[in-house]
Amino acid sequence: MPDVAPADTQDSMTQPTGWRSLAADWSSDQRAFRSASWGKAMMWIFLLSDTFIFSCFLISYMTVRMSTVVPWPNPSEVFALEIGGTKVPLILIAIMTFVLISSSGTMAMAVNFAYRHDRVRTAVLMLATAVFGATFVGMQAFEWTKLIHEGVRPWENPWGAEQFGSAFFMITGFHGTHVTIGVIFLLLMARKVWRGDFNQQRKGFFTSRKGRWEIVEITGLYWHFVDLVWVFIFALFYLW
Amino acid sequence: MAHAVAHEGQQHPIRLYLIVWGWLFILSACSYLVDYFQLHGLLRWSLILLFMALKAGLIVAVFMHMAWERLALTCAILLPPLAVLVFVGIMVFEADYTLFTRAEFFGGR
Repeated sequence: MPDVAPADTQDSMTQPTGWRSLAADWSSDQRAFRSASWGKAMMWIFLLSDTFIFSCFLISYMTVRMSTVVPWPNPSEVFALEIGGTKVPLILIAIMTFVLISSSGTMAMAVNFAYRHDRVRTAVLMLATAVFGATFVGMQAFEWTKLIHEGVRPWENPWGAEQFGSAFFMITGFHGTHVTIGVIFLLLMARKVWRGDFNQQRKGFFTSRKGRWEIVEITGLYWHFVDLVWVFIFALFYLW
Repeated sequence: MAHAVAHEGQQHPIRLYLIVWGWLFILSACSYLVDYFQLHGLLRWSLILLFMALKAGLIVAVFMHMAWERLALTCAILLPPLAVLVFVGIMVFEADYTLFTRAEFFGGR
Protein backbone atom coordinates (compact mmCIF):
# COMPACT_ATOMS: atom_id res chain seq x y z
CA MET A 1 0.00 0.00 0.00
CA PRO A 2 1.47 3.36 -0.96
CA ASP A 3 2.34 5.80 1.80
CA VAL A 4 0.78 8.79 0.17
CA ALA A 5 -2.69 9.07 -1.27
CA PRO A 6 -2.24 9.15 -5.06
CA ALA A 7 -2.85 12.54 -6.56
CA ASP A 8 -5.85 12.67 -8.83
CA THR A 9 -4.25 13.44 -12.16
CA GLN A 10 -5.82 13.14 -15.55
CA ASP A 11 -8.70 10.98 -14.42
CA SER A 12 -10.08 13.76 -12.27
CA MET A 13 -12.11 14.84 -15.28
CA THR A 14 -13.85 11.50 -15.63
CA GLN A 15 -14.09 10.74 -11.92
CA PRO A 16 -17.66 10.41 -10.75
CA THR A 17 -18.85 12.63 -7.96
CA GLY A 18 -21.42 12.32 -5.19
CA TRP A 19 -23.01 8.94 -4.58
CA ARG A 20 -21.54 7.52 -7.79
CA SER A 21 -18.08 8.22 -6.37
CA LEU A 22 -18.94 6.01 -3.40
CA ALA A 23 -19.80 3.07 -5.65
CA ALA A 24 -16.79 3.73 -7.87
CA ASP A 25 -14.32 3.95 -4.96
CA TRP A 26 -15.57 0.85 -3.19
CA SER A 27 -15.70 -1.22 -6.37
CA SER A 28 -12.28 -0.14 -7.60
CA ASP A 29 -10.65 -3.42 -6.49
CA GLN A 30 -7.58 -1.47 -5.36
CA ARG A 31 -8.07 1.09 -2.67
CA ALA A 32 -11.38 2.33 -1.39
CA PHE A 33 -10.06 5.43 0.34
CA ARG A 34 -8.57 7.33 -2.55
CA SER A 35 -8.14 10.62 -0.75
CA ALA A 36 -6.65 9.17 2.43
CA SER A 37 -3.26 7.57 2.95
CA TRP A 38 -3.13 4.27 4.81
CA GLY A 39 -2.04 6.11 7.96
CA LYS A 40 -5.03 8.40 7.97
CA ALA A 41 -7.46 5.62 7.06
CA MET A 42 -6.09 3.41 9.85
CA MET A 43 -6.38 6.22 12.40
CA TRP A 44 -9.99 6.77 11.38
CA ILE A 45 -10.74 3.05 11.69
CA PHE A 46 -9.09 2.97 15.10
CA LEU A 47 -11.17 5.96 16.16
CA LEU A 48 -14.29 4.19 14.95
CA SER A 49 -13.48 1.23 17.19
CA ASP A 50 -12.79 3.61 20.07
CA THR A 51 -16.18 5.19 19.44
CA PHE A 52 -17.77 1.83 20.13
CA ILE A 53 -15.81 1.42 23.37
CA PHE A 54 -16.92 4.79 24.69
CA SER A 55 -20.45 4.10 23.47
CA CYS A 56 -20.50 0.93 25.54
CA PHE A 57 -19.44 2.87 28.64
CA LEU A 58 -22.03 5.58 28.10
CA ILE A 59 -24.77 3.05 27.33
CA SER A 60 -24.00 1.05 30.46
CA TYR A 61 -24.10 4.29 32.43
CA MET A 62 -27.51 5.03 30.90
CA THR A 63 -28.72 1.52 31.75
CA VAL A 64 -27.73 1.65 35.43
CA ARG A 65 -29.05 5.18 35.82
CA MET A 66 -32.41 4.29 34.28
CA SER A 67 -32.88 1.09 36.21
CA THR A 68 -31.93 2.16 39.74
CA VAL A 69 -34.70 2.75 42.25
CA VAL A 70 -32.44 5.00 44.34
CA PRO A 71 -32.24 8.65 43.23
CA TRP A 72 -29.19 9.55 41.12
CA PRO A 73 -26.84 12.12 42.74
CA ASN A 74 -27.31 15.56 41.19
CA PRO A 75 -24.10 16.23 39.22
CA SER A 76 -24.76 19.94 39.29
CA GLU A 77 -24.28 19.88 43.09
CA VAL A 78 -21.69 17.11 43.26
CA PHE A 79 -19.32 18.98 40.95
CA ALA A 80 -19.96 22.43 42.37
CA LEU A 81 -17.02 24.40 43.71
CA GLU A 82 -17.11 27.06 46.41
CA ILE A 83 -15.67 30.27 45.04
CA GLY A 84 -15.72 33.34 47.30
CA GLY A 85 -18.32 31.87 49.61
CA THR A 86 -20.86 30.99 46.90
CA LYS A 87 -21.34 27.60 45.31
CA VAL A 88 -20.91 27.72 41.56
CA PRO A 89 -22.38 24.62 39.90
CA LEU A 90 -20.18 22.53 37.61
CA ILE A 91 -17.62 25.30 37.29
CA LEU A 92 -14.55 23.05 37.20
CA ILE A 93 -16.11 20.90 34.50
CA ALA A 94 -16.95 24.01 32.47
CA ILE A 95 -13.34 25.22 32.71
CA MET A 96 -12.10 21.76 31.71
CA THR A 97 -14.40 21.88 28.69
CA PHE A 98 -13.03 25.24 27.60
CA VAL A 99 -9.44 24.08 28.10
CA LEU A 100 -10.04 21.02 25.92
CA ILE A 101 -11.77 23.05 23.20
CA SER A 102 -8.87 25.51 23.20
CA SER A 103 -6.46 22.62 22.79
CA SER A 104 -8.49 21.46 19.79
CA GLY A 105 -8.22 24.94 18.29
CA THR A 106 -4.44 25.06 18.63
CA MET A 107 -4.22 21.53 17.22
CA ALA A 108 -6.26 22.46 14.15
CA MET A 109 -3.92 25.37 13.49
CA ALA A 110 -0.87 23.16 14.03
CA VAL A 111 -2.14 20.85 11.27
CA ASN A 112 -2.58 23.86 9.01
CA PHE A 113 0.96 25.10 9.57
CA ALA A 114 2.31 21.57 9.17
CA TYR A 115 1.00 21.43 5.61
CA ARG A 116 2.77 24.74 4.96
CA HIS A 117 5.95 23.06 6.27
CA ASP A 118 6.26 25.73 8.95
CA ARG A 119 8.45 23.82 11.38
CA VAL A 120 8.55 26.30 14.27
CA ARG A 121 4.89 27.33 14.37
CA THR A 122 3.73 23.72 14.05
CA ALA A 123 5.92 22.58 16.93
CA VAL A 124 4.92 25.51 19.15
CA LEU A 125 1.22 24.97 18.51
CA MET A 126 1.57 21.25 19.19
CA LEU A 127 3.34 22.02 22.45
CA ALA A 128 0.57 24.46 23.37
CA THR A 129 -1.94 21.68 22.68
CA ALA A 130 0.04 19.33 24.92
CA VAL A 131 0.11 21.95 27.70
CA PHE A 132 -3.67 22.39 27.50
CA GLY A 133 -4.06 18.61 27.57
CA ALA A 134 -1.81 18.28 30.62
CA THR A 135 -3.79 21.06 32.33
CA PHE A 136 -6.97 19.13 31.65
CA VAL A 137 -5.55 15.95 33.16
CA GLY A 138 -4.33 17.96 36.17
CA MET A 139 -7.78 19.36 36.79
CA GLN A 140 -9.26 15.92 36.44
CA ALA A 141 -6.82 14.62 39.06
CA PHE A 142 -7.96 17.46 41.34
CA GLU A 143 -11.59 16.51 40.75
CA TRP A 144 -10.94 12.84 41.49
CA THR A 145 -9.06 13.74 44.68
CA LYS A 146 -11.91 15.95 45.85
CA LEU A 147 -14.56 13.31 45.21
CA ILE A 148 -12.53 10.54 46.82
CA HIS A 149 -12.10 12.73 49.92
CA GLU A 150 -15.86 13.25 49.98
CA GLY A 151 -16.32 9.51 50.09
CA VAL A 152 -17.12 8.59 46.50
CA ARG A 153 -16.12 5.01 45.73
CA PRO A 154 -17.02 2.75 42.84
CA TRP A 155 -19.38 0.94 45.20
CA GLU A 156 -20.81 3.80 47.30
CA ASN A 157 -21.21 7.52 47.67
CA PRO A 158 -22.89 9.81 50.21
CA TRP A 159 -25.62 11.13 47.92
CA GLY A 160 -27.55 8.35 46.25
CA ALA A 161 -27.30 5.50 43.77
CA GLU A 162 -24.11 3.47 44.24
CA GLN A 163 -23.65 3.11 40.49
CA PHE A 164 -22.73 6.79 40.27
CA GLY A 165 -19.17 6.15 41.45
CA SER A 166 -18.41 3.25 39.15
CA ALA A 167 -19.82 5.05 36.12
CA PHE A 168 -17.93 8.22 36.98
CA PHE A 169 -14.54 6.62 37.57
CA MET A 170 -14.81 4.32 34.58
CA ILE A 171 -15.90 6.93 32.04
CA THR A 172 -13.75 9.86 33.13
CA GLY A 173 -10.83 7.57 33.91
CA PHE A 174 -10.86 6.04 30.45
CA HIS A 175 -11.17 9.46 28.88
CA GLY A 176 -8.35 10.86 31.03
CA THR A 177 -6.16 7.95 29.94
CA HIS A 178 -6.85 8.88 26.34
CA VAL A 179 -5.90 12.50 27.02
CA THR A 180 -2.68 11.40 28.72
CA ILE A 181 -1.72 9.17 25.79
CA GLY A 182 -2.56 12.05 23.47
CA VAL A 183 -0.23 14.38 25.36
CA ILE A 184 2.62 11.86 25.08
CA PHE A 185 1.87 11.35 21.37
CA LEU A 186 1.85 15.14 20.85
CA LEU A 187 5.16 15.63 22.63
CA LEU A 188 6.84 12.89 20.59
CA MET A 189 5.55 14.30 17.30
CA ALA A 190 6.35 17.90 18.27
CA ARG A 191 9.94 16.81 18.88
CA LYS A 192 10.13 15.29 15.42
CA VAL A 193 8.68 18.41 13.87
CA TRP A 194 11.01 20.69 15.84
CA ARG A 195 14.07 18.64 14.85
CA GLY A 196 13.06 18.92 11.21
CA ASP A 197 12.63 15.19 10.59
CA PHE A 198 10.09 15.76 7.84
CA ASN A 199 12.26 18.28 5.99
CA GLN A 200 15.42 16.19 6.16
CA GLN A 201 13.65 12.90 5.40
CA ARG A 202 15.07 11.48 8.59
CA LYS A 203 14.11 7.88 9.23
CA GLY A 204 11.94 7.01 12.19
CA PHE A 205 13.40 5.19 15.19
CA PHE A 206 10.82 2.39 15.24
CA THR A 207 9.73 2.24 11.65
CA SER A 208 13.02 3.03 9.82
CA ARG A 209 10.85 4.83 7.32
CA LYS A 210 10.78 8.46 6.38
CA GLY A 211 8.11 10.41 8.19
CA ARG A 212 5.79 12.83 6.50
CA TRP A 213 4.10 16.03 7.56
CA GLU A 214 0.81 14.17 7.41
CA ILE A 215 1.57 12.62 10.80
CA VAL A 216 0.63 15.97 12.32
CA GLU A 217 -2.84 15.67 10.85
CA ILE A 218 -3.11 12.06 12.04
CA THR A 219 -2.05 13.11 15.55
CA GLY A 220 -4.65 15.85 15.24
CA LEU A 221 -7.37 13.35 14.36
CA TYR A 222 -6.67 11.48 17.59
CA TRP A 223 -6.61 14.69 19.60
CA HIS A 224 -9.88 16.02 18.16
CA PHE A 225 -11.46 12.65 18.88
CA VAL A 226 -10.53 13.00 22.55
CA ASP A 227 -12.24 16.40 22.55
CA LEU A 228 -15.21 14.88 20.72
CA VAL A 229 -15.65 12.20 23.36
CA TRP A 230 -15.57 14.86 26.06
CA VAL A 231 -18.45 16.67 24.31
CA PHE A 232 -20.56 13.56 24.82
CA ILE A 233 -19.37 12.93 28.38
CA PHE A 234 -20.03 16.56 29.32
CA ALA A 235 -23.55 16.45 27.90
CA LEU A 236 -24.62 12.99 28.98
CA PHE A 237 -22.85 12.52 32.30
CA TYR A 238 -22.39 15.99 33.77
CA LEU A 239 -25.35 17.93 32.39
CA TRP A 240 -28.05 15.30 32.13
CA MET B 1 4.91 30.08 1.48
CA ALA B 2 1.60 28.31 1.06
CA HIS B 3 1.64 28.29 -2.72
CA ALA B 4 4.86 26.27 -2.86
CA VAL B 5 3.09 23.25 -1.35
CA ALA B 6 -0.42 24.18 -2.36
CA HIS B 7 -1.62 20.69 -3.20
CA GLU B 8 -0.49 18.79 -0.18
CA GLY B 9 -3.00 17.64 2.41
CA GLN B 10 -5.78 19.71 3.85
CA GLN B 11 -5.31 23.43 3.20
CA HIS B 12 -7.92 25.74 4.62
CA PRO B 13 -7.70 29.33 5.80
CA ILE B 14 -6.82 29.80 9.48
CA ARG B 15 -9.84 32.08 9.72
CA LEU B 16 -12.16 29.07 9.29
CA TYR B 17 -10.60 27.35 12.30
CA LEU B 18 -10.88 30.47 14.41
CA ILE B 19 -14.56 30.84 13.55
CA VAL B 20 -15.25 27.20 14.45
CA TRP B 21 -13.25 27.62 17.65
CA GLY B 22 -15.39 30.65 18.53
CA TRP B 23 -18.59 28.72 17.87
CA LEU B 24 -17.42 25.81 20.02
CA PHE B 25 -16.84 28.29 22.87
CA ILE B 26 -20.29 29.81 22.40
CA LEU B 27 -22.00 26.42 22.25
CA SER B 28 -20.12 25.17 25.34
CA ALA B 29 -21.08 28.32 27.20
CA CYS B 30 -24.71 27.77 26.18
CA SER B 31 -24.71 24.19 27.40
CA TYR B 32 -23.15 25.31 30.68
CA LEU B 33 -25.85 27.97 31.06
CA VAL B 34 -28.50 25.26 30.69
CA ASP B 35 -27.21 23.89 33.97
CA TYR B 36 -26.49 27.27 35.55
CA PHE B 37 -30.07 28.44 35.11
CA GLN B 38 -31.35 25.04 36.27
CA LEU B 39 -33.58 24.42 33.29
CA HIS B 40 -35.57 21.21 33.67
CA GLY B 41 -37.61 18.69 31.78
CA LEU B 42 -37.90 18.44 28.03
CA LEU B 43 -36.34 21.87 27.45
CA ARG B 44 -33.17 20.85 29.29
CA TRP B 45 -32.77 17.53 27.46
CA SER B 46 -33.45 18.95 24.04
CA LEU B 47 -31.04 21.86 24.56
CA ILE B 48 -28.29 19.58 25.90
CA LEU B 49 -28.64 17.20 22.95
CA LEU B 50 -28.84 20.04 20.44
CA PHE B 51 -25.66 21.74 21.66
CA MET B 52 -23.92 18.36 21.90
CA ALA B 53 -24.82 17.47 18.31
CA LEU B 54 -23.76 20.86 16.97
CA LYS B 55 -20.40 20.75 18.76
CA ALA B 56 -19.72 17.17 17.66
CA GLY B 57 -20.67 18.07 14.09
CA LEU B 58 -18.33 21.06 13.99
CA ILE B 59 -15.41 19.08 15.39
CA VAL B 60 -15.83 16.15 13.00
CA ALA B 61 -16.62 18.20 9.90
CA VAL B 62 -14.07 21.00 10.19
CA PHE B 63 -11.37 20.13 12.73
CA MET B 64 -11.17 16.51 11.59
CA HIS B 65 -11.67 17.55 7.93
CA MET B 66 -14.47 15.03 7.32
CA ALA B 67 -16.29 17.64 5.22
CA TRP B 68 -13.50 17.45 2.62
CA GLU B 69 -12.97 13.69 2.54
CA ARG B 70 -14.43 11.55 -0.20
CA LEU B 71 -17.81 9.99 0.41
CA ALA B 72 -16.30 6.47 0.55
CA LEU B 73 -14.38 7.34 3.75
CA THR B 74 -17.14 9.48 5.24
CA CYS B 75 -19.69 6.68 4.95
CA ALA B 76 -17.29 4.01 6.20
CA ILE B 77 -16.60 6.00 9.36
CA LEU B 78 -19.83 7.86 10.10
CA LEU B 79 -22.48 5.24 9.29
CA PRO B 80 -21.38 2.38 11.64
CA PRO B 81 -21.83 4.49 14.81
CA LEU B 82 -25.53 4.75 13.92
CA ALA B 83 -25.79 1.11 15.00
CA VAL B 84 -25.08 2.43 18.50
CA LEU B 85 -28.53 4.05 18.44
CA VAL B 86 -30.08 0.61 18.03
CA PHE B 87 -28.04 -0.57 21.01
CA VAL B 88 -29.32 2.42 23.00
CA GLY B 89 -32.86 1.42 22.09
CA ILE B 90 -32.32 -2.17 23.23
CA MET B 91 -30.82 -1.06 26.54
CA VAL B 92 -33.60 1.44 27.22
CA PHE B 93 -36.03 -1.44 26.87
CA GLU B 94 -33.86 -3.62 29.13
CA ALA B 95 -33.41 -0.90 31.77
CA ASP B 96 -37.15 -0.26 31.90
CA TYR B 97 -37.73 -3.95 32.48
CA THR B 98 -35.10 -4.08 35.25
CA LEU B 99 -36.67 -1.07 36.92
CA PHE B 100 -40.08 -2.68 36.67
CA THR B 101 -38.92 -5.92 38.30
CA ARG B 102 -37.10 -4.03 41.05
CA ALA B 103 -40.13 -1.90 41.82
CA GLU B 104 -42.60 -4.76 41.55
CA PHE B 105 -40.78 -7.62 43.29
CA PHE B 106 -38.06 -6.07 45.46
CA GLY B 107 -40.03 -3.33 47.15
CA GLY B 108 -38.35 -0.40 45.48
CA ARG B 109 -40.43 2.65 44.85
